[in-house]
Amino acid sequence: MKKPLLDIYNALFEFVRTFGAFQIFFLRLLKNSPEILFTRFRLVVAQVFNAGGLSLVIIMVCGLFVGGVLGLQGFSNLARFNAEDSVGVFAAYGLIKELGPVITALLFAGRAGTSLASEIGLMKATDQLSAMEMMAVNPVGRVLVPRFLGGVISMPLLTAVFSAIGLLGAHLVAVNLLGVDVGAFWQQMQNALDFEDVNEGIIKSVVFGVVASHIAVWEGYNAIPTAEGVGRATTRTVVNTAIAVLVFDFMITAAMI
Amino acid sequence: MDETSENLIEIHDLKYSRGPRPIFEGMNLTIKRGEITALMGPSGTGKTTLLRLITRQLIPQQGVIYVNGVDISKLNVRELYEMRQRFGMLFQNGALLTDISVFENVAFPLREHTKLTNRLIRHVVLTKLHAVGLRGAADMMPSELSGGMARRVALARAMVMDPDIVIYDEPFVGLDPISMGVIVRLVRKMNDALGITSIIVSHDVAEVSTVADRSFLISDGKVAASGSPDELRTAKSELVRQFMHGMADGPVAFHFQAPGYEEQLLGRDTE
Repeated sequence: MKKPLLDIYNALFEFVRTFGAFQIFFLRLLKNSPEILFTRFRLVVAQVFNAGGLSLVIIMVCGLFVGGVLGLQGFSNLARFNAEDSVGVFAAYGLIKELGPVITALLFAGRAGTSLASEIGLMKATDQLSAMEMMAVNPVGRVLVPRFLGGVISMPLLTAVFSAIGLLGAHLVAVNLLGVDVGAFWQQMQNALDFEDVNEGIIKSVVFGVVASHIAVWEGYNAIPTAEGVGRATTRTVVNTAIAVLVFDFMITAAMI
Repeated sequence: MDETSENLIEIHDLKYSRGPRPIFEGMNLTIKRGEITALMGPSGTGKTTLLRLITRQLIPQQGVIYVNGVDISKLNVRELYEMRQRFGMLFQNGALLTDISVFENVAFPLREHTKLTNRLIRHVVLTKLHAVGLRGAADMMPSELSGGMARRVALARAMVMDPDIVIYDEPFVGLDPISMGVIVRLVRKMNDALGITSIIVSHDVAEVSTVADRSFLISDGKVAASGSPDELRTAKSELVRQFMHGMADGPVAFHFQAPGYEEQLLGRDTE
């Protein structure tokens, strides 16, 4: 076989092999999850704090400004059709169905995902995972699954906070700054929004939580145990999570329309 | 071989390669119960790999490794973890868990594998920390410890389950003379007082000679020489003499394989 063809074949083979290993790793995480959730609940709670609690400030600040932007954009564009009172509906649809889950997942990848990947990668580089193996403790159960579950539990909670603060931001801009009627803002939102709309946001946030946590834990666990290897794993976590979240967002949106 | 046999670990015809590069080619080695055994050899001869094979972190491509009379390649995961509870391992850098305190690091195996009360765990942990002279550092975090202290804490952790076998991977690297002396004395004291078997992987001929009962010199994937430190020091073999006396050139070449020096400097090797 000619060299370029051989290179393409090898690259394809490597991609399929890695993707398969990635799926098997996911099954291992899932298989261990129920046991860890019941027997090591405190570890999971600690990771909910690490992944979720420590991301709260960045999520709230970003949520406030994204909501504010929606308020501004909604008001200026809806004003063309004399529909500025509907700015609440506009912001709510945008935040709850789309921007809330997606931006939260992207921020999560940048704040918590990188932290998870580099922490696990450094544990590997400093032989902490091997030490656990030698102490007859399975690192998948002790280290990886609690971090995975911490991320999965955190994401919907962070998304809810992001959307709520975002609505507050939209309210501040539209009602307090631009003079939209407060009653119209909330009443129209309440009338227009169905449970299905909220449901879509919840489903997306759960899926993104699984995807982002899985990628972060995988990249950390498979990092080459050197400074450069951990750095690369951290970068890959952000890039791959961003791509995966946007692809899944498209698929879920298409499925639920 | 059984649990009362004189030999604790037996390795027969071990073959292991990493990619195309062979690491071990038909190695045979026996480690006696209750002794301190040193595995020495030039860098890159696979000493750490051998430790990982003995503890089944790696699986050999050929050959059998018996630990306490059991072929470890035949153990399932549960049996392997049970066997590892009888091992203590001191990693080169200590490998302390960085997110928990010194006390919790030493308590870690007890919390994972026993149902001891907190009071009893505290008692055992403080006893082990006292033995390595670091009872006062119990509340410190690993990041606050010096290299020597971290290794002593790791030693306390390796001992906390009262193992049958303790494995030391390069325990003397990067230590000041005082810390090194402390570690050497602790290795000897723990081995004799607790009746355990110790395996030390090290380059440090001088320190190892003071503590080991028997040394194996590994080279080219086999045991090149074995015996007491004195026997190795007076051995006639050129390789053994080069290693034991730290001579720059000999059977183990100082220079890595390269084109001729003059040829390369004059750029003729690229023509």
